[in-house]
Amino acid sequence: MSHETSADKLVYMANQIGKFFASQGAEEAIDGTLVHIRKFWDPRMRNAIIAHLDAGGEGLDPPVRKAIERLRT
Amino acid sequence: MSLVHETDYGTPKSKSEKTVTLTIDGQPVTVPEGTSIMRAAMEMGTQIPKLCATDMVDAFGSCRLCLVEIEGRPGTPASCTTPVGPGMVVRTQTDRLAQIRRGVMELYISDHPLDCLTCSANGDCELQDMAGAVGLRDVRYGYEGENHVFAKKDGAANQNFLPKDESNPYFTYDPSKCIVCSRCVRACEETQGTFALTIAGRGFDSRVSPGMQESFLGSECVSCGACVQACPTATLNEKKVIEIGKPEHSVITTCAYCGVGCAFKAEMRGEELVRMVPYKNGEANRGHSCVKGRFAWGYATHKERILKPMIRAKATDPWKEVSWEEAISHTASEFKRIQKKYGRNAVGGITSSRCTNEETFLVQKLIRAGFGNNNVDTCARVCHSPTGYGLGQTYGTSAGTQNFDSVEETDVAVIIGANPAAAHPVFASRLKKRLRQGARLIVIDPRRTEMVQGPHLEAAYHLALRPGTNVAVVTALAHVVVTEKLYNEKFIRERCDWSEFEHWAEFVSLPKNSPEEVAKISGVPAETIRGAARLYATGGNGSIYYGLGVTEHSQGSTAVMAIANLAMCTGNIGRPGVGVNPLRGQNNVQGSCDMGSFPHELSGYRHISLDEPRHLFEKDWGVTLDREPGLRINNMLDAAVDGSFKGIYIQGEDILQSDPDTTHVSAGLEAMECVVVQDLFLNETARFAHVFLPGSTFLEKDGTFTNAERRIQRVRKVMAPKNGYADWEITVMLSNALGYPMQYEHPSQIMDEIARLTPGFANVTYQMLDERGSVQWPCNDKAPEGSPIMHVSGFVRGKGKFIVTEYIATDEKTGPRFPLLLTTGRILSQYNVGAQTRRTDNSVWHPEDLLEIHPHDAEQRGIRDGDWVRLKSRAGETTLRAQITDRVAPGVVYTTFHHPDTQANVITTDFSDWATNCPEYKVTAVQVSPSNGPSRWQEEYEEFSRLSRRIAPLEAAE
Ligand code: SF4
Ligand code: SF4
Ligand code: SF4
Ligand code: FES
Repeated sequence: MSHETSADKLVYMANQIGKFFASQGAEEAIDGTLVHIRKFWDPRMRNAIIAHLDAGGEGLDPPVRKAIERLRT
Repeated sequence: MSLVHETDYGTPKSKSEKTVTLTIDGQPVTVPEGTSIMRAAMEMGTQIPKLCATDMVDAFGSCRLCLVEIEGRPGTPASCTTPVGPGMVVRTQTDRLAQIRRGVMELYISDHPLDCLTCSANGDCELQDMAGAVGLRDVRYGYEGENHVFAKKDGAANQNFLPKDESNPYFTYDPSKCIVCSRCVRACEETQGTFALTIAGRGFDSRVSPGMQESFLGSECVSCGACVQACPTATLNEKKVIEIGKPEHSVITTCAYCGVGCAFKAEMRGEELVRMVPYKNGEANRGHSCVKGRFAWGYATHKERILKPMIRAKATDPWKEVSWEEAISHTASEFKRIQKKYGRNAVGGITSSRCTNEETFLVQKLIRAGFGNNNVDTCARVCHSPTGYGLGQTYGTSAGTQNFDSVEETDVAVIIGANPAAAHPVFASRLKKRLRQGARLIVIDPRRTEMVQGPHLEAAYHLALRPGTNVAVVTALAHVVVTEKLYNEKFIRERCDWSEFEHWAEFVSLPKNSPEEVAKISGVPAETIRGAARLYATGGNGSIYYGLGVTEHSQGSTAVMAIANLAMCTGNIGRPGVGVNPLRGQNNVQGSCDMGSFPHELSGYRHISLDEPRHLFEKDWGVTLDREPGLRINNMLDAAVDGSFKGIYIQGEDILQSDPDTTHVSAGLEAMECVVVQDLFLNETARFAHVFLPGSTFLEKDGTFTNAERRIQRVRKVMAPKNGYADWEITVMLSNALGYPMQYEHPSQIMDEIARLTPGFANVTYQMLDERGSVQWPCNDKAPEGSPIMHVSGFVRGKGKFIVTEYIATDEKTGPRFPLLLTTGRILSQYNVGAQTRRTDNSVWHPEDLLEIHPHDAEQRGIRDGDWVRLKSRAGETTLRAQITDRVAPGVVYTTFHHPDTQANVITTDFSDWATNCPEYKVTAVQVSPSNGPSRWQEEYEEFSRLSRRIAPLEAAE
């Protein structure tokens, strides 16, 4: 795999996290992803994914998109 | 200082709890039932003469030197093979005994060379000692008759004489000195479990023989050294002892190679290391070792070791040697410049799993307090970070649950994605010993490793799964346990949350998780999965040992949780013989994780955003810490490519060679303005470095390592650092130059700080370690003696947590262009990226990395054994030579990654574990095709390496 840009890479990583939490049930799908990203991503990665969301959020799975919306706060 | 002498009790310790009292030479003595008379005597301080007995192996009773008299019994029984009896009255020295012993010794000596003065074992020879002990004063028989001593007899060749075998790089075998006591043969069988030696021939003709009369090097011998240690004479002797002479003092220290953490006596002559001898009181290894720790330490004095600091403006310039002062002030000013220009977060560092706990702790302190950010990571990222996450989530601690001794009580061992025979050899020997006593083994691995089948060893089940399907297979095992009601309800109700269990049980019971369905994706027959699950759940104490074959996947963390679930639902947690045990790769991976090397947590696994621990550190360190997690290694490299990360301090890691997707790592390093590498050698990463700070070896510093069983053990300095400073001193100098003062005179003060700030280490001090030898964390007021086994009466997190582990196939998929799956591993004689072992004679066992390929796949491609092949993935290509073998299944190829010219990681992609970004080393889709030689990439690399390693000649002093 060769990720084109770093945004693609972050989207891929976020979706990967999302897939795990999706398997833990509907509620966890968003909460789990949110908490995980908040705990393990440094601020510049979090800002980059929020910026990506603001730019349309292409490629983000629906629950992950919701999680990132809430990451802002 | 003097040599550390260990008592040889003659026979192994009896484990019986019943005791027996007897009288030896008029003194009463009480010992456990089953103890030999010889051992009982030694315990009260009386050494009965002996030659064929030693306490590392079972008694054999062949030399007849250890005879004793027992009241009421006829004859003179051998004390090594006769167990004690209640009320026995034993005499160890009488005229009759003395006379028999002298007779025995006389016979031995009459067929032994009398060159004691020039013999390499002079002063360290049990034959010599016994001749003295029995009062041998003359030998009536000459060498005229048959003998094994001289090459010629009456001018003709002596048929009985065998020349020396010097084929092994580290020890020699001189048959003329052999007394055929078979201690070596028993050590190889019982301690090591390799069965490389036999006694060939009978009576006077009997000889020790490696394999079928082969040389040591040509035989099955893995050069563990157990036989050398067992040999009472100079027959098997270390070449270093022959070269240097007998050591005069020794110091106890810990091996710096793998996570077993073997304790050794470093035997010295002055500042010169003569040999490393495994220490019997070492609780991880119990007197055993492998070829790496025992013999492969020559790298410490290898000519390529860099001893002077060097700097350069560009990575393409030649290096310039500078003084320590200049190197340190240059580095500090570079980091300050970068932070000023690009911001506080534009720099970071990597701690080392090869360095001590104290050194690792200091590097992360330098970064958090000195740099003022949390951009710190460690190489554990690329190996066991999923273990930390997975076990943390399910059980509440980021570490294995058992000590190594626990294996002695296991009934069913499961090995998943690990090959301990190669990567954790001493643990493998201990496990094999247990297997020979009747324990059963299940191996889950794509490859038929040495553990699946070997001498006196056969796994009950081998689940040869397709790489990347661990989660599916382990969940299928749970499916069987749950649907066949083999789970331990009592344990679950007591220790876990029942409703969570029910939720999980419902999930694993789904038809998609049944062995029949999983067989389709994993390639493992359903019946094999069912059989293995039943055996693990019902076969007694079940223990799981796993390695990087579990963690280095995009679902690595999920797999760890699946394993944790399986152990919990069968109640295999919290007592000896069971548990979940990650086999840690490097010597101090556990320690580097414990010491707060990850960007999101402080030592003791406390998240940086938690106020309480952070305030504790802030107060102690006198700074304000950033409460946001920092960047991980791969994120640092991404950020470097993006231009927001510019400087890195790397202590003792070779990220260019050990991290995935070499091209991406190079790009990241190339984009930085200041790369500082602190290491023994100009490693691969140093190709991109601007500053090189020479590091020190484990022989040159004090500190501690923490092994895979959470055991904290001392590393002791036996010689002055050849580079001038121990690694921790270099970090201190750098920190001071950066303007964050650190003051330590000795690593023990750093440990005091660690203990003060880390609850699990609260009671650890150097004094305690000196007194007790070692201790397993947590060691605090709740567990003052340390914790050999965890979760004994409940899980650390409270209730054990069952987590649903849905199998999600990796996106690294095979297809028409890349039809094969590559998986990677290690071999015994080399260590990790090989920087150290390649610089020792260990290379005789592994001169190059080979690609293992199944005969079917090879034939399809017209590849013959030994041919050069091209290995190509979506990320890159390399060439290496093929080895055709059915150890791998069709569709799977395998290689090691010990040599930089192969660069297996040019091939691996940058897919990684969803939770921790641990790279997916174990699955890469590849194509293999015939080739004529090294790829263009390898040639370019070769050339660049040569250029980047140039050191400018020193300018003449003015
Ligand atoms: S070195 Fe180890 S493997 Fe080799 S013969 Fe001796 S005991 Fe056996
Ligand atoms: S080589 Fe040493 S240990 Fe082996 S039989 Fe000969 S004397 Fe004994
Ligand atoms: S490499 Fe591992 S098994 Fe070998 S001696 Fe060192 S710690 Fe022991
Ligand atoms: S030591 Fe007992 S027979 Fe050799």
